[in-house]
Amino acid sequence: MSWPGVQNVKPIDMKQFLAFVRKEFYHVFRDKKTLLLLFGLPVAQIVLFGFALTNEIKNSEVVICDYANDEASRRITGQIEASGNFSIRKHLRSHRDIEAAFQEGHTKLAIIFPARFNHDLLHLNKAQVQIIADASDPNTATTLTNFATSIIMDYQNELLEGRPLPFRIHTDLRMIYNPGLKGATNFVPGVIALVLLLVCVLMTSVSVVREKELGTMEILLVSPFSPVLVVLAKAIPYFFLSLLNLTVILLLSVTLLDMPIQGSLLLLYAVSALFILTALSLGLLISNSTDSQQSAMLMSLMGMLLPTLMFSGFMFPIENMPLPLRIISNIVPSKYYYIIVKSIMIKGLGFSAIWKETLVLAGMTAVLLAISIKKFKIRLA
Amino acid sequence: MRTLVFLLQKEFRQIFRNKGILRLIIALPIIQLIVMPLAADYEVKNVNISVVDHDHSSYSRRLTDKIMASGYFKLNDYSPSFEEAFAEFQKDRSDLILEIPRHFEKDLVSQSSGSLFLAVNAINGTKASVGSAYLSRIIANFNSEIRLERITPARASETPVVDVTSLNWYNPFLNYPFFMVPGILVVLVTMVGSYMCALNIVKEKEVGTIEQINVTPVRKYHFILGKLIPFWVIGLFVFSVGLLGVGRLIYGIVPAGSLWLIYAFLAVYLIALLGIGLLISTYSATQQQAMSLAFFCMMIFILISGLFTPVDSMPAWARVVANCNPVTHFIQVMRMVVLKGSGFSDIKDQFMIVSAMAVFFNAWAIFNYKKTT
Repeated sequence: MSWPGVQNVKPIDMKQFLAFVRKEFYHVFRDKKTLLLLFGLPVAQIVLFGFALTNEIKNSEVVICDYANDEASRRITGQIEASGNFSIRKHLRSHRDIEAAFQEGHTKLAIIFPARFNHDLLHLNKAQVQIIADASDPNTATTLTNFATSIIMDYQNELLEGRPLPFRIHTDLRMIYNPGLKGATNFVPGVIALVLLLVCVLMTSVSVVREKELGTMEILLVSPFSPVLVVLAKAIPYFFLSLLNLTVILLLSVTLLDMPIQGSLLLLYAVSALFILTALSLGLLISNSTDSQQSAMLMSLMGMLLPTLMFSGFMFPIENMPLPLRIISNIVPSKYYYIIVKSIMIKGLGFSAIWKETLVLAGMTAVLLAISIKKFKIRLA
Repeated sequence: MRTLVFLLQKEFRQIFRNKGILRLIIALPIIQLIVMPLAADYEVKNVNISVVDHDHSSYSRRLTDKIMASGYFKLNDYSPSFEEAFAEFQKDRSDLILEIPRHFEKDLVSQSSGSLFLAVNAINGTKASVGSAYLSRIIANFNSEIRLERITPARASETPVVDVTSLNWYNPFLNYPFFMVPGILVVLVTMVGSYMCALNIVKEKEVGTIEQINVTPVRKYHFILGKLIPFWVIGLFVFSVGLLGVGRLIYGIVPAGSLWLIYAFLAVYLIALLGIGLLISTYSATQQQAMSLAFFCMMIFILISGLFTPVDSMPAWARVVANCNPVTHFIQVMRMVVLKGSGFSDIKDQFMIVSAMAVFFNAWAIFNYKKTT
């Protein structure tokens, strides 16, 4: 393989190379605001995902429109309030006020009891309740409707009490890997993938392009030092910073969020190193294809980061997506890394379970590196 | 005033000169707005299930048929043993294992109780709880079917029944993109506006051209306004293309409320947002710094805005943070006005908060921008 720019150069001078790496480290550590992003963001994300963000639906406000106001309706209202999922915003006089309550924004659900509710229930053995959900958020609407329905069903079963049901099927349910149904188990691998990608792709591409924009690249290119190594020297600090970041995230998730690391830590670091290489080659590719920091940044942020969020599978299940998107998700490296981290960290599986994903990542790295070296220009435009 | 016109002329020329960036600013949000709502679907469907049937009875077959017919589940495999099903489970090919023990039917008939074993992959907590709730409901239905067949029908009608009917307003078909498109549009406009604005001034600093402006008699607020207005216009443009183009033509979303109200809010919101962008730029010396700061803020703004997870479910401290975030308010307003047709009186709180933010951040940015270095 002939690397452009390498042919006429003496064998790599290790000392020179290390001097360049040191220069890059100075660049990184000098800039406190960039360090905030590098280390502040993972911490902030762990705290947010660990303690603030949840898909569970809690504290939802309901309005009650009770035309019956009898024992049964009051009882059900009491149980809805006591369930912890709901808080009752107000009691409406008329169902005509429901629309206004929804439009005002806080109310998510309305429950209507018709007149003579208890009377019908006890004497006709049949009574109606109507639930109206604000389905502009479909997820919340279905969940809340289900909650409310099951509370009402519980009340109905209470009436049956004393009459044990025959022919009962008992279901023994076990939640595997995450018995507490903690959100953290799902997102920590995602946050790792996101942060590694961010640091490597964004930071590397911007820092290379910056030299182009400021004109210092020209100085480096005319120096006797091989241009390819100039760029590689830029990638090295971010490689180590990413590993450091990984350590920070793992420490935080173990201490703060009680996350387990079931599998081999060594294996986790080894595949993470591979993923970092993939991301770095992506960063180099972007930096070789653009010549302003703004476009490098737009490409890495909007072109890389959002797809990573979307298609790695930790925010939205991939199997729900339409077919074209499922196909696209296969070219997103973080998807494979996310599977690997989940397998090692949470399921405690060994290399035999993840060799396929590892191979894909290795292949991607090779291709990306080859393209970006091919595109590397030693002449200015 | 004339100074401002000249400054605006300069800014617009600089923006339109750089065709590459301009294309990215317009194209990226549009493409993402087309793609993201399709992907952002929380609805749990296609749960893969492995069935381990040790019983091979008519009941066990009826139960599995019933599960498959529900539409939520996809049969991954029939495994002869739990171990084999678990291997599929580890490879993520199945999300749920249903084990039907030997003598399930016999026990149910003769001892009046039977048991089933259900293992759920709970890494994704939402999927696990929703999927297992679906399955439990199907099993409960199956259970009452069996009961009805076994018990004399006379007794069944004696029990009091509450008939629950439910309605879904505003989105009767529970169409998820309907909910996501307004929110995602807000985020995209926010990202484009704040980044471009933050980077713009810093670029002048980095390249050195800001010195030339600093030595002219241009006033501080002239300079800030000159930077703010072009991105305000771009923000309005991107938003309009997103709402009236992508939202309407591709997703069929027609705002239920007043379009004027949405644009009035957008106008104020963009000022607040660009104020944050300007503030970031006054605090950074290089584009890399500005980008880092902007990204740090945006990531937190977006995550806590209620776009992906409901704000109501957050703990109290996080709700306070969410309320200090302009993105939260705009997403709320968009969802209220576009989907439910809320009017001005419903959103006046948000209007007031965002207006206050607009004044606060811009005043801070102007105060912090120094003409001397």
